[in-house]
Amino acid sequence: MSFLKINNLSVNYEMRRETVYAAKKVNINVEKGEILGLVGESGSGKSTVGNAIINLIDEPGKVSGGSIILDGTNIYENPENILKLRGNKIGLIFQDPQTSLNPILTIGEQLIETIQTHLKLNKEEAKNKAINLLKEVGIKDADVRFDNYPHQFSGGMRQRVVISLALCCEPELLIADEPTTALDVSIQSQILDLIKRLTKERNLAVILITHDMGVISETTNRVAVMKNGDLVEIGPTKEILTNPKEIYTKALVSSVPPTNKKINRFKIIEKENKTQSETNIKILNRWTKKEIIDQDLVEVKNLSKTFDDNFFTESSKNSVMAVDGVSFSIKEGESFGLVGESGSGKSTIAKMIVNLYSPSAGDINFDNVCITNITNNKEMMKFRKQIQMIFQDPYSSLNGRLKVKDIITEPIKLHNPSISSQEIDNYIYDLLESVELTQQSAERYPHEFSGGQRQRISIARALATQPRLLVCDEPTSALDVSIQAQILNLLKDLQEQLNLTILFISHDLPVVRQMCDRIAVLKNGKLCEISKTEELFKNPSHDYTKELLTLMPKIESIYN
Amino acid sequence: MLVVAFVSFSLFNFVGDPINNMVGEETSDAERTELRETLGLTDPIYIQFTRFVGNASKGNFGISYQLKRPVSELISERLPATIELVLVSALIALISGTLLGVYTGINRKGYLSDIILAISLLGVSLPTFVIGILFIYLFAVILGVLPSFGRGEVVSLGYWTTGFLTLSGLKAIILPSVTLSLFQMTYIIRLVRAEMMEILQTDYIKFARARGIKEKSIHYKHALKNGLIPVITIAGINIGTLIAFSIITETVFQWPGMGFLFIQAVQFVDIPIMSAYLVFIAFVFVMINFIVDILYYFIDPRIRVKAEAVSG
Repeated sequence: MSFLKINNLSVNYEMRRETVYAAKKVNINVEKGEILGLVGESGSGKSTVGNAIINLIDEPGKVSGGSIILDGTNIYENPENILKLRGNKIGLIFQDPQTSLNPILTIGEQLIETIQTHLKLNKEEAKNKAINLLKEVGIKDADVRFDNYPHQFSGGMRQRVVISLALCCEPELLIADEPTTALDVSIQSQILDLIKRLTKERNLAVILITHDMGVISETTNRVAVMKNGDLVEIGPTKEILTNPKEIYTKALVSSVPPTNKKINRFKIIEKENKTQSETNIKILNRWTKKEIIDQDLVEVKNLSKTFDDNFFTESSKNSVMAVDGVSFSIKEGESFGLVGESGSGKSTIAKMIVNLYSPSAGDINFDNVCITNITNNKEMMKFRKQIQMIFQDPYSSLNGRLKVKDIITEPIKLHNPSISSQEIDNYIYDLLESVELTQQSAERYPHEFSGGQRQRISIARALATQPRLLVCDEPTSALDVSIQAQILNLLKDLQEQLNLTILFISHDLPVVRQMCDRIAVLKNGKLCEISKTEELFKNPSHDYTKELLTLMPKIESIYN
Repeated sequence: MLVVAFVSFSLFNFVGDPINNMVGEETSDAERTELRETLGLTDPIYIQFTRFVGNASKGNFGISYQLKRPVSELISERLPATIELVLVSALIALISGTLLGVYTGINRKGYLSDIILAISLLGVSLPTFVIGILFIYLFAVILGVLPSFGRGEVVSLGYWTTGFLTLSGLKAIILPSVTLSLFQMTYIIRLVRAEMMEILQTDYIKFARARGIKEKSIHYKHALKNGLIPVITIAGINIGTLIAFSIITETVFQWPGMGFLFIQAVQFVDIPIMSAYLVFIAFVFVMINFIVDILYYFIDPRIRVKAEAVSG
């Protein structure tokens, strides 16, 4: 008999108007010493299954059927059962290490409390055990760090603390719910290695919940694919990724950007198994298309930005050099990628180019005019019209109190106050259809749309002023892979037909590979290297680039 | 502080002519001008103001028009009564407010929580003097167990007079302090409840549950401690408000404190007392905010680190 047996598990969320079936008769078995991947897009019920095992489903959800048997104990037979198992036999790791630790208790206090809840140890013994654990998960100076508060640790270190907390009472089952989604690639690979190592050393059963197919292919032994609460397919990782049987799995695997080659478009498999045609770009006839001439549209020279914490004094003690002497240029019609981990200054550069921040030093030339010294608002408007931005978070970048129509009208009117309302309407309809939204969308509010649709609205808004340069700051990192593929296809089509120049910022190397002609790699505000995309991936020259490339989780690793 | 000092100073100048208030009907104009000269009332406003601030900082607020005694003396005489009243009611409000808040935050759907919340709604909506009069009627008139006014017997300890040491003093403080604390208590209940409900939804509470930490520890150690941070801010401001509110309570219960003194002063347009009271209240507010900021330092480690970074 399996170590963990999930039989016909169903979880319902009873809302006022409807019942949402978050898990429908799911059957999964997990053995000791194996890592089972649980993949699916948002809303697929993968986290629900994880939470159901430890009986921590958020209100108003509840388990409506089936059973979960862990090592012979039926978890739902008796409400007391789970209290004995939590922490003791089952450990849980959450996605965001920033929020899963209590901010006002030291990590030592949190560890000791957890240890003493389950094991009969006195304070001294518990402390020793805790310090050993911290060492085991790779925290240096564990005996000093023991008395630190969570905010004194970096994100990756915090996730290590979370893992040590989850493991401190030697559980046999570890549920990791998106344990690395909030982390940079280099830290992600460390954390995944740690989980793999602990699985082997302690003979753990691990359920790894993630949406990242690269992580799945590099870490898991078996994988279960979920969609809308249904278990679509379960099997050995290699088989699922290389030879998926179900259409949904096929679609999911094909929308993952490959890391080893550049493809022209993402294949998007619809339900009826047909591939999506190219976008019909309606605004084309209104667009005053710029002929591509071989010259630089944007030129960045020795750009620096210092954030000074201290308002009154000029002390450099608290100041952070976010961008440090960066120079590059973007040709007209090119897509230029800016890659780096968090804190590398990539978003700061984007904000300086669209003139939301002013640089501390250096120049930005747009179309051979230096835009950093423009103080006149009217002068600036000319450039703002030509440079538009798409933000990362499609939820907070649209004003929830305005209709889509008004959101898009605003930039049009701002730059062309004399336009008639009839003309605006037509223009908006064309814009919406160009980003594959219906005309009816104009009368609706942003909250009625999904994340991917909202990002389309953002794109329509950015295109409204007919910009020459589109700055995309992580435009797809908040989206599911299949949606990401659609948005990336859309951006590619728009660029080709409208001759747009794109500055594409991302931490996701495979995505950048598909999108960009040239790539600049940033680290701690400094430029590491700039080269053509294929050259960078095949033959990186800078050490840091090499490191990033080896650490990036590769879905293709399953073939080896 | 300076702003308040200015406002209370301008009371002198704009609420009637001080000379008119001081002298009798039959004083001649010449005598009045002379008095004006000697009191420095002909000096420019800013010199008068500096003088006022200078005196006030030494604790000298002039002489009461009505009682013909130094204001500072009157205030220090009445201060203990008010401080004791405010202290007791602040304690009642904080302790019972926090406990009830935690209870209602955890047991959101219990009958007892609904009852507590319903009563707390009454506490917010009924004005203090109505509650005070109800209490007097119930406990002093019908049941006759508690005194309806005054401080009871007091024991003098040098500069301080206290009612805590005698039975009648203790009895006398119950009704006014409960009356006074009721409004603050309901406020704190609702605040603690909202904080608890919010914090119990956070990831670190969920993670603590997933580690098998006992519910009791989750509620009191993990959640309450985080929830108290905003409560302290509000409670700090509210202790100041308590002193201000005590005017009404003291009047209802004939409590010989500063609020009562103030009301009497208003009736007789006794401006030195009024301005001194204003300055004093402002001083208390500033002090309380200062103490609250220091408390933050001890409760929230995140602030501690920032402070160390700035000083080091």
